[in-house]
This record gives sequence, structure tokens and C-alpha cells, in this order.
Amino acid sequence: MRGLLVGGALAIVFLAAALLSLIWTPYDVEALDIAAKMQPPGGAHWFGTDHFGRDILSMIMVGARVSIAVALVAVGIGIGLGVPLGLAAATRKGSAFDEIIMRSNDLIFAFPSLLIAVMITAVFGPSALNAIIAIGIFNIPVFARLTRGAALSLWQREFILAARVAGKGPARISVEHILPNIANLLIVQGTIQFSLGILAEAGLSYIGLGVQPPTPSWGRMLADSQTLASLAPHLVLFPGFAIILTVLGLNLMGDGLRDLLDPRIRRARS
Amino acid sequence: MSLLQIDNLHLAIHDQPILKGITLGVEAGRVLGIIGESGSGKSMTASAIMQLLPNGTSMTGDILLEGIALTDMTETALNDVRGRLIGMVFQEPMTALNPLLTIGDQVAETLRLHQGMSRREALARAAEVLARVELPPARFPLNRYPHELSGGQRQRVVIAIAIACNPRLLIADEPTTALDVTTQAQILLLLKRLVAEDGMGLILISHDLAVVADIADDLAIMREGEVVEAGPTARVLREKSHPYTRALFEASSHQPDRRAIPTEAPLLEVRNLIRTYPLPRKSIFGKPGMFEAVRDVSFTLDHGESLGLVGESGCGKSTLTRAILGLDAAQGGSISVDGETVVAGQRMPTGLRAKMQVVFQDPYGSFNPRHKVSRLVSEPLHLLEDAPVGPERDAAIGQALGEVGLDETDAQKYIHEFSGGQRQRIAIARALIIRPRLIILDEAVSALDVSIRAQILDLLADLSTRHGLSYLFISHDLHVVRAITDRVMIMKSGQIVEEGATETVFADPQHDYTRTLLAAAPVLEEHVS
Amino acid sequence: MLRYALKRLISLGLSLVAASLVIFLSLEIVPGDPAAAMLGINAEPETLKALRIELGLDKPPLQRYLSWTSGMLTGDFGISYTYRAPVSQIILDRIWISLPLALLALLLSTLIAVPAGIWAATKRGSIADIAIVGTTQLGVAIPNFWFAVILVLIFAINLGWFSAGGFPGWAGGPLPALKALTLPAIALALPQAAILTRVMRSALLDTLGEDFMRTARAKGLSQRQAIWRHGFRNALIPVLTIIGLQFSFLLAGAIIIENVFFLPGLGRLIFQAIAQRDLIVVESVIMLLVFAVIVITFLVDLAYAWVDPRLRSRA
Repeated sequence: MRGLLVGGALAIVFLAAALLSLIWTPYDVEALDIAAKMQPPGGAHWFGTDHFGRDILSMIMVGARVSIAVALVAVGIGIGLGVPLGLAAATRKGSAFDEIIMRSNDLIFAFPSLLIAVMITAVFGPSALNAIIAIGIFNIPVFARLTRGAALSLWQREFILAARVAGKGPARISVEHILPNIANLLIVQGTIQFSLGILAEAGLSYIGLGVQPPTPSWGRMLADSQTLASLAPHLVLFPGFAIILTVLGLNLMGDGLRDLLDPRIRRARS
Repeated sequence: MSLLQIDNLHLAIHDQPILKGITLGVEAGRVLGIIGESGSGKSMTASAIMQLLPNGTSMTGDILLEGIALTDMTETALNDVRGRLIGMVFQEPMTALNPLLTIGDQVAETLRLHQGMSRREALARAAEVLARVELPPARFPLNRYPHELSGGQRQRVVIAIAIACNPRLLIADEPTTALDVTTQAQILLLLKRLVAEDGMGLILISHDLAVVADIADDLAIMREGEVVEAGPTARVLREKSHPYTRALFEASSHQPDRRAIPTEAPLLEVRNLIRTYPLPRKSIFGKPGMFEAVRDVSFTLDHGESLGLVGESGCGKSTLTRAILGLDAAQGGSISVDGETVVAGQRMPTGLRAKMQVVFQDPYGSFNPRHKVSRLVSEPLHLLEDAPVGPERDAAIGQALGEVGLDETDAQKYIHEFSGGQRQRIAIARALIIRPRLIILDEAVSALDVSIRAQILDLLADLSTRHGLSYLFISHDLHVVRAITDRVMIMKSGQIVEEGATETVFADPQHDYTRTLLAAAPVLEEHVS
Repeated sequence: MLRYALKRLISLGLSLVAASLVIFLSLEIVPGDPAAAMLGINAEPETLKALRIELGLDKPPLQRYLSWTSGMLTGDFGISYTYRAPVSQIILDRIWISLPLALLALLLSTLIAVPAGIWAATKRGSIADIAIVGTTQLGVAIPNFWFAVILVLIFAINLGWFSAGGFPGWAGGPLPALKALTLPAIALALPQAAILTRVMRSALLDTLGEDFMRTARAKGLSQRQAIWRHGFRNALIPVLTIIGLQFSFLLAGAIIIENVFFLPGLGRLIFQAIAQRDLIVVESVIMLLVFAVIVITFLVDLAYAWVDPRLRSRA
């Protein structure tokens, strides 16, 4: 319960920073101010400035927006495609359709999201869209598998049999009975994939396969400042902390939600 | 001195009292039966003797094994007692064994632990112990894994583990509840023989009076954490001095008052029904084999009639039920309800579905936990073309709930607010709401405590009297089937081997299998006379 | 057991074919003209034509696919456009950095995670458990490349114990090479160790609730003995799954980590090949990495059967 609160608070802080950056940041992130370069944290620049004199705090705020947007859309792709596929596969267990869905899932799992990003970049060149597609594609089998597994066990339950005896078809049962009963699982997994998405986005932009300059992103900030790390550690520390705290917050939230929503644990408590 | 003496045992988990002053004794060479419904504390008594208690347990009172207080022992001393002086057998043979170890190693482990045997010695001895529980090594080699054995065979392995070191006391907690009636009879016989041979004491815990009455020398009746009556079996069953014993006894042999008059007009006609499954391929390139779960089954159920379908697990009765309900497609034959027919290969038409409904076994799994009772009960209205809406719908829901003895206001509650018995009433209300002619009761009372079961049987009898409902009553419990059906069918290996008026079949079974079943079923009445 | 292995082997073959198709389609068919993609928009028509012939792009796609795959079977991965050398040779030079790195990281992560997970599970609720769980929460949140930068900052720049990057090669003996791989392996391993610790702990806790653990206690085994003899092997099944998955993450993760440490491995190769639009190299390295992932999955499947007799007799 405490984990949920702490995690939720951390996630909300970064979400708020991301939203705020849409309308206001302390400094313009694209404006270079060589006179104010490499300033340590404090004073006019709370988190200091980089070697171009850009304000780190402002860049972290915009970076939060980029990371959260990429990860969120990628989770959306995973849920939007994976859940319907998983539900449909579960209604026809063992059919050719189910077989194709499951084998394609296995196939995607053989391509870590980094490799997908590499392939896309090799063909189309690097962009934020690449990152979204690469992470999104990898999320599809995650949700398809989870949904199918959970739906299959529900299809054996007597309340689903009762709905079938009441003449309801598979599509309607999937929406009316299966989906509400796996929503908890999806929320928890969604939180986990969200945090993994943030990590993946940071990794991709770190090696230059994600968001392109001048838009700042946490991964890029690290890559740009890596060689200056010994001179100005804050350049490395702040983007790192931003990633860690966001991911930590989402993970704590996911764990907390699971404890809160898991009927087994809840039953044991009541 | 008693072998085991429990004195004034109080036990609470997180300050929730579970046992309230239990006093019990077990003598060497005798069987103590502990009877109780769910929540009576009978299993917790077993855990207390083993001193394997959940976290947060507080306990007062004495548990003395041959005069030595188990309650005062250190954990190390208790580990030495468990398995050596006290053995235990559990309810679920399917999960009680480690799936990754051979049965030989699992039996041998007890011996190596307590008797310091080498692996070779222990395995040799394990083979002897397994032979004692009728798993001769010639047919059941030590290197078998649990998944290669049936439920009854696995329970024998669990018993072998428990008796490997010739313990003074054996505790069996619902050892046969998960088993078929014929297997149950064999396991009970085995336990009885082991007690006689080894002179150990046996505590047999069960919810089923008839099971225990058969082999127990002494009985203890438990209720809500107390022993309400205890004594020699014959005396307890004769005197029934505590009202709860009486109630339990009556509920166990309850005969609901059913006055429906069966007609000669057929309602459900099943003709030459065939249901096959593909088996896993034997080799990668071979053709998959076919398993015939239902083999050419035909029968008729008349208007107003209650027809029983009895068989052990795997006999095909559930598969048959699912095919009749249109949940799985049949591979051959036809099903007619009230003149409307569906043949194999066709989808079941809505009109036909609307003529029958079902009540399942599990009162906890039968409802979507996220819906209110009103939505749950009204789900079958989906089958009607002119389903009532608005206030009419509410009225229909209220009426259905009223029929099963629940209140109209219950419609606004969620299912977790109801007990098992109430849930089964809601399941019946759901079946009733579209006024079907036929209700299929698939083990509908099997998961209920006897007292609740008696009430539900009364309700079913009453509903069939009032509405002229027909029942197809599927059960493994011969006693219940006898109480509520007019006719009965016995199913084995996908076929109906015997069929006839219930009383005739029970009084004068014709088929060998029916005789075996009836002989295996524990009967309470015998002990009273 | 043999039938199970055979079935898995067939599935492995099919996966490889499917994966090679996916790679071929996305790198050679989707871009339209790979030669144009490689040379960029300002290419001379003659150069373009020459490259197309050199790459065999004038042949029909099916023939190209077949010659690509049959080439790989004989160890012929084609000629790199930028390096002007056989791709197989380039890969062979580099794999002796990436593979040891991934294995080292996997070893490290397993050696840390399994004992830590067991310790936390057996001492559930204790301070040690809380500390381990808390550390793993932090561990999974730390991006490995950031961790790598911090390691370099502390151990290479400040303390000077290790060099900040580069690789001396195996020719000078294993010690200098292993030393150069130490920091990268730690950076790769620790976040994975955090995940694995959590899996180990929860898998073991799950088995503690199983009925057969109660049987084990009723035999007279102490809690500790019951965990070792009955819980551990049952908990191993989910742990094996994660170890298998991690290997593929470690191989792919090397793309990033090798960049931090300037290690001339497969990751850096693929990265440079993208920058130089050397599709042949990209294609081959991806195929190799996917091949590794699929083979690992196969090995994990075999390991399952080794642990679980139910799988051996089924299938």
C-alpha cells in the first residue's frame, strides 16, 4: 500500500513535469547560451547547464514528455493489438488462427525490441516514431500472450459456461465477461510495460536510434554528456535519476496495484 | 493412557477463535472419526496435532502423544516426531506429491530422514511399504513419477509416506473426498487394514458421516470449533443425544418431499449421441487417435420427470451434459427438446436453448464476480425474443429470487455477499427466470455441506412440484440421486450400462458395475439398526 | 524424452526459417531498392547499377532469399560493402568479444540472483528480505548504460582500476581481455540480476504454498530441508525461463554497452553498419543474434524437460 502511494507520487511528479513542459519550461531547451555553459546546479539553473548552456531542468522536463509519450503510445499499441488478438485466439483454442497468433508471438519474442529498432533504423533512418514502433511491436505479444492465457482459464469457468447456456456468442462473452475479469491483469502488466518502455526509449535514444536532436531526451542527454562526466557529474546524474525515479515509481505502482487488485490477496485480507 | 490426548485445546488465528476447548482421545489400534461441516475446525485440529500451524496462531491447552506434550516441544524435536511417530494423509492426492521426484524417492525420504538408512536401503524398504499399500513394485516401479499414477494410486503413495516409519498415530484429513466412490472404498479398507496390522491409532476426518461411520470405532462430532458429541460410534449413532448430531444425521439421509407426477410425454430425447475427442499424436507423423467419451447414448426424459445420471469421474457424464447443453458439438446423433430437434453438426438453435437451463457444481465459480445479482440472474433472458424490459424485467428478477427463497432486494447485491448455499439458490433463480421446461443439475449439490444440501434438495423438490419442472440430475453421489430422482441411468466408459426406476435399480441392480458402485457407497442406515 | 527433443528441434528449424523471412522481407523488400538505401540519394546511376549487380539485386527476390540462406548454411554471409571483406570473417573477429561478454554477464547475474533470491524467500519478512527486495526494485529501474557510465566514472576515471574502454584482444592472454570485459559485464549483469532475484524469490515463495510442501513437513523435514529438497527444483522452472530470456536481452543489450565501452563487438559492428548503411552486415548480424535467441529458447526447453518429468513423458 505504501509502495503504491510512493510509486504513484513519483509517477505523478514526472507526469506533471511532462505536461507542464507543454506550456512552460524555465528556459527554452533549444536556445544555446555558451556564456552559461557547464554551470553546476544551483542559482539560476537549479540542475545546472550543459556544454551548450542549455538548462538541464528544462531538458529533463521535455525529456519526461518524450519518454512518457513514447512509452505510453507503445503500451497503447501493445494493448490495442495484443488484447483483441489474445481474446480472439482464446475463443478458438487449438484452431489454425490460434496457432498462427501464438507462433507469430514466439517469432516476435525472438527479436528483442532493440533489434527491431535497429532493423527499422537501417531502412528508414532514426526517429522517435521508430522507437515507438519498435517498443510497440515488442509489446504486442506480451499482451496477446497474457490475455490469451488468462482468457483460456476463464473460458473453463462455470460462469462463462452459464453465459454460453444463456445463448451468448464468443465475441459478446469476451467483451462482457472476459475483459472485465482480466482488466486488473492488464492494468498491472500495462504499468510494467510502461516502465520497460521508458527504459527502452532511453536506451534507443542513447545510441541515437530514438528521438533526434534538437528535441532533448533523457537517453540523448546521457550520451551527449558521457565524455564530460568527470568534469561535470551533474550532466550524467540528473538524466539518470530522472529515468530511475520514473521507472521505480511505475514499478512500485505496478506492484502496489497487483496487491490491491489481486483477488487472491484481497480475499485473504477480508 | 491414551495414545493421543487433547485437553481443552483453544486455538486462534490472528485473534479469530478457531478451536474453543477441544478435548479428544485416541487409543492405539482404534479409529477415531471426526465429523464436521466446513468451518467446524476439524482440519485445524489435525494441523494442531502435527504442530504445523499458520503464522499468527495462538494456542492453549495440551496435546499429549503417549504422555509427552507436543505443545512444549522445540521445532527440532517436532521434526523428529513428524513422520516417525505421527503420519499424515491429506485430501488432495493430485497435489500432495512433489511432481518432480519419483514415488520411490518420496517414500524413501521419510526412511532416510528418521531411520538413517542409505538411499539403497531406503529404496528397498520403500518398495516393501508401497507393496503394503497395494502398489506392488512389479506393476508400480519405484521410478514412477506421480503424474503417471491415478488419484487413488497417488493417495496410496501418500499413505505409504505416512506409514513408512510405522508411526504410532496416523491422521487422515478427508483422505477420500477427492476420489471416486469405488476408489474411496478401497482406500478406507486399506486404512482399516493398516490400523489392524500395525496397531496404530487413526484419526479419520471427514464431512461425510457415512464414510466415517463405516470404519470408525469412536466418533467425535465437531461444530464451530467445539466437540458437541463424542463416544463409541454405535452409541453416538444410536443415541444422537446432541441436537446437532441429530440434525446432521437427518440431513445426511434427507428425503425431500417431491410430488411431481411424471407423465409419459417425452421432453428430452437423446438419440445415438456420439462425442469424440482427438488424442495427442503418438508419433509426429502418425494420425491422432480418437477418444470416444460418449458412445452411442440414447435416452428419454419425460415431462415432470427427474432423471438421474450416475457415474464415476471420466465416465463421460460431464461430456454428455455439455453436448446436451450445446456447449460442445456432438459428432453423431440428435437431441430433441419438446419436439424441436438438433442433429450432430448443427448449431443449437436459440429456441431450443431457451427450453433448458443448467445449475453447475461450484457455487463460487458460477458467477461473474463483477456483476450484480440482477444482471447475473437475468442473463438467460438473452434467449427470449420478447425479453421483458424495465420494470417488467425487475419484476421477473424479483420473482425468480422469490421462487428460491431470496429477497427482491438481493438483486442489488454482489455475489460475494452470499454464502455457498445462497449462491446455489441464485444459480437456480438464474435457471428459472426464462421458465425452462428442463433444468440440468450438474453436481449441483455436491459442493455443499449436508445441512445446506438438504435445504437445496427441498427447494428443488418444491419447484418441480409447483412448476412441473423436469430435472436431469447428474451426480457421483448415489445417495442424493436416490433421494431426488424417479429414474436413474448408470454410465460407464461413455455408455449407459443400466437404466430403470430409481428404487428398482437400487434394490435390484442388474449390471455388475451398478452392483460394484452400490456396494462401494457408504451407507449410514446399516449402522443404526 | 527423445520425441520431445525432436519436436523442439523441428520447431527450432521452423522458427529459423520464419525469422530469416522476416529479416529478408524487412531489409531487402520493404526499402524497395536496398542499393539506393545504401548509397543515399546522391548516388550516381552507374555506381548504383554496379552495386546492384554486386549485391545480386538484379535477380528475383526468391532466388536472392534462397542464395542468402543457403550461403549462411555454408558459412558464406556475403561481402561487406564498406569493409570490403567477407561478413563471416568480420563477424568471427567480433563474436569473441560479444559472446564472452554475454556469457560473463549471464554467469554473474545468475551467481548473484539465485542465492539472493533463495535467501530472501527463506527469510521472508526479515530485514534481509526487505533489503534485498528494495535493492532489486532499484536495480530493475537502473538503465544499464547509465550504470555503465557511473562505473567508468568511479572505477576507471577516479580510481583508475580499469581502463575506461577499448579491448586488448585475446592474443595477449585471457587476463587483460577479461579485465576489459569486467566493467561491461557488471553493467549488463546487475539490472538483470535484480530481475532474476525477484523471480527466484517469488517462484520459491509460490512453491512454499504448494500441497506437497505440507507433505514434506509432515514427513518431518524442517522448513529449510523442505525448501531445499522440494521447493528449489520446482521453483527452478520459472527461473530457467527468465535466464533464457535474459541471454537474448544480454546479447541485444550489448549493442548499447559495447558503445559505452568502445568494445569492437557485434553490437558496435551493427551500430557502425547502420551509420554506413551496410545492409549486408546489418542483415547478417541480426540473423546471427536471432539465431542465438532461438537456440537458447531450444536449450531452455530441453532444460525444462530435464527438470520436469511431466514434459519428458508427454509430447
